[in-house]
Amino acid sequence: MTETKNDAAFVEFQRVQKSYDGENLVVKDLNLAMPKGEFLTMLGPSGSGKTTCLMMLAGFETATHGEILLDGRPINNIPPHKRGIGMVFQNYALFPHMTVAENLSFPLEVRKLGKSEREAKVQRALDMVQMGAFGGRRPAQLSGGQQQRIALARALVFEPELVLMDEPLGALDKQLREHMQFEITRLAHELGITTVYVTHDQTEALTMSDRVAVFDDGRIQQLAPPDQLYEEPENSFVAQFIGENNTLEGTVKSIDGDACLIALDDGSEIDAVPINVSQPGERTKVSIRPERVEFNKDRLHADAHTLKATVKEFIYMGDVFRFRMSVAGNDEFIVKTRNAPDAVRLKPGQEIEIGWLAKDCRALDA
Amino acid sequence: MTDASENTGPMLAADGTPLKQSLARSLRRQKLRALMLVAPLLLFVMFSFIVPIASMLFRSVENSIVQETLPLTVEALQNWDESSGELPDEAVYDAFVRDMVVAVDNKTHTRLGSRLNYEETGMSSMFRRSGRKMGKLDPETDGPFKDQVIEIHDGWGEPKTWAVIKTHSPAVTNGYFLNAVDMRRTPEGAQAQPEDKQILIKLFGRTLFMSLVITASCILLAYPVSYLLATLPMRVSNLLMILVLLPFWTSLLVRTSAWKVMLQQQGVINETLVWLGLVADDARLVIINNQFGTIIAMTHILLPFMILPMYSVMQTIPESYTRAAKSMGATNWTTFWRIYFPQSIPGIGAGSILVFILAIGYYITPEIVGGTKGVFISNRIAYHISSSLNWGLAAALGTILLAVVLLLYWVYDKIVGIDNVKLG
Ligand SMILES: Nc1ncnc2c1ncn2[C@@H]1O[C@H](COP(=O)(O)OP(=O)(O)OP(=O)(O)O)[C@@H](O)[C@H]1O
Ligand SMILES: [Mg+2]
Repeated sequence: MTETKNDAAFVEFQRVQKSYDGENLVVKDLNLAMPKGEFLTMLGPSGSGKTTCLMMLAGFETATHGEILLDGRPINNIPPHKRGIGMVFQNYALFPHMTVAENLSFPLEVRKLGKSEREAKVQRALDMVQMGAFGGRRPAQLSGGQQQRIALARALVFEPELVLMDEPLGALDKQLREHMQFEITRLAHELGITTVYVTHDQTEALTMSDRVAVFDDGRIQQLAPPDQLYEEPENSFVAQFIGENNTLEGTVKSIDGDACLIALDDGSEIDAVPINVSQPGERTKVSIRPERVEFNKDRLHADAHTLKATVKEFIYMGDVFRFRMSVAGNDEFIVKTRNAPDAVRLKPGQEIEIGWLAKDCRALDA
Repeated sequence: MTDASENTGPMLAADGTPLKQSLARSLRRQKLRALMLVAPLLLFVMFSFIVPIASMLFRSVENSIVQETLPLTVEALQNWDESSGELPDEAVYDAFVRDMVVAVDNKTHTRLGSRLNYEETGMSSMFRRSGRKMGKLDPETDGPFKDQVIEIHDGWGEPKTWAVIKTHSPAVTNGYFLNAVDMRRTPEGAQAQPEDKQILIKLFGRTLFMSLVITASCILLAYPVSYLLATLPMRVSNLLMILVLLPFWTSLLVRTSAWKVMLQQQGVINETLVWLGLVADDARLVIINNQFGTIIAMTHILLPFMILPMYSVMQTIPESYTRAAKSMGATNWTTFWRIYFPQSIPGIGAGSILVFILAIGYYITPEIVGGTKGVFISNRIAYHISSSLNWGLAAALGTILLAVVLLLYWVYDKIVGIDNVKLG
């Protein structure tokens, strides 16, 4: 996790650690720098410490060790209400005893804005999330998606420079979710807000973010833009966690600069890019994305290593075909191919040869 | 209904019976089962709650004793004009002697005497004293009676006596209720009691006022405690909860007596204050046997009933609300006042209703620490039930108390809304 140490970093975590009980570290050595205007997503399995990081940034938990800087100033000693951070909570946290408009007006009232100014801003924020007509309702009279949008509007209405969102779309159905994903990124970019977004949905992370921080075990496993994260995972956790992935286990046979030869456990050999391996004899997990696997011989290099595969299952998914194959002892090997006019429909039981470009095959930690 | 189902008549279940009928049959079994489950409680409530209350309501207006004991007299008095200022004629006295002979035989004349004594002091002894002599008269041979009766007790020679009997002769009376609000039934209609007998209205007022004060002090004391309990980690708050519940495990009498020890003039508090030099030895505080003592002791005793509902409501207020408010720039105070407090109101409401209703009917504590100035209407009810044996008045007072509570409940529902009351 080498950070480009940016002097203009707007949010910065420096060697932050957090423990709730004094025995286990929930966050271990967190380093993170965000420039202004970035949309950064924290992605990770449940319990990996995402919410904890957000709460430390918002000031509701204190870091056990390390420093958090906001716009260059340490914020550990600034009380939460002076941090000027907008927040969207996982359960929305709309005040049930206030109407929607009162909810939105609340942050403006505590900032002592005049009545007319407040009303104008509230209306603008409601219009922004297309909820202009709902100002008089109570939160309980809104659907989940509407509440979500109000929560978003409330976090933005006082024009904070930094907005934190903790799994805000967790409760929504797929369609609304996708719509809201689009809305949130649009608003964040239009208003130039720096956003920290927490989710455990990887598609959401990939489609929305400028950069994604993959959390596991209290550490950032990889921090990179979505495409890089998907195509160049730095370790096998990230490779497994992001998108669909095929894993083959083996031993490094030889390394030559940015190419290496891997002997799989069944004896066959494949080419790969060495990422987390440094010397022959090391155990490794090789990762290949399903859509990068090729079974049309003409499209492969003449000298590319190929493997024998037995088709186990053919799944028709409309735009793509998905095959489950048995490859080098792995029965869950997935191959995807686009439903093009010339696409081949393999049948279960068919024996074929598969291969890939060496650069798509990454030798990661075991 | 769609056209199709109209054409085919009622919907049929799988076995061909009409759907409604088979649904009703299956529901009936469920209802029967439910009824059997609640039957024991229903019977218990019936006999321990509904029947006593009904009988109390009845007693507060029931007044057949006059008619039953003096049937002929009551009838004869119909022709007498009590406003004329003259004594009734011989017919009334004749009827009276006939009634009394029977009554003395059955020994019911003393009971009637006590009954009428509530209305006019002296009636009880009049009946008791005249009973023996009148019982010896023979209605058929000894007449005329007017002078003889007045001879036996000159009370019978006063028109007022007969007016009292006539006024209270109906089988159903509002007399007890009038008494309960410091009025009385007179031949001229309802009138205020004489000044020196007007205590009940004052007592009602005091009961209401003190219950309100107790409720308010319970709110003030319970709110911070409940807040603490609700915000502390579960493990700690469960421990502290024991302290809150501890009073429940001690006898009410013991606790109240403990207050007596604490508050009396030679008690712990006064001794400490004197020792500290804050109070002079000859000017010890009077904090018991008055309203102050009652308020202190009852606030302490009723406090758990305020804490428990408050706590359970506060526990359900998610921390994310206060966090959200703070993230939006609200100070701690604003967050509390604008966000937390409004959401805790249902708990305050539930606790207040509970404490207020318990307080308004409280008996034992005011009895022990209240002296004469700190007693409640319930102590008066107890007095009429066990000492003066004026059950009718006790029932009327109880009925009024019940009505006041129901009225307050209704007002509360109008203002706060009863669905806003949550016990958890
Ligand atoms: N208040 C707390 N006290 C003690 N432990 C806590 C507390 N909050 C969180 N933890 C622990 O810290 C770890 C990380 O929790 P956190 O809420 O940050 O996870 P998360 O990544 O947000 O998970 P999720 O995706 O499920 O929301 C968990 O193991 C959790 O049990
Ligand atoms: Mg979380």
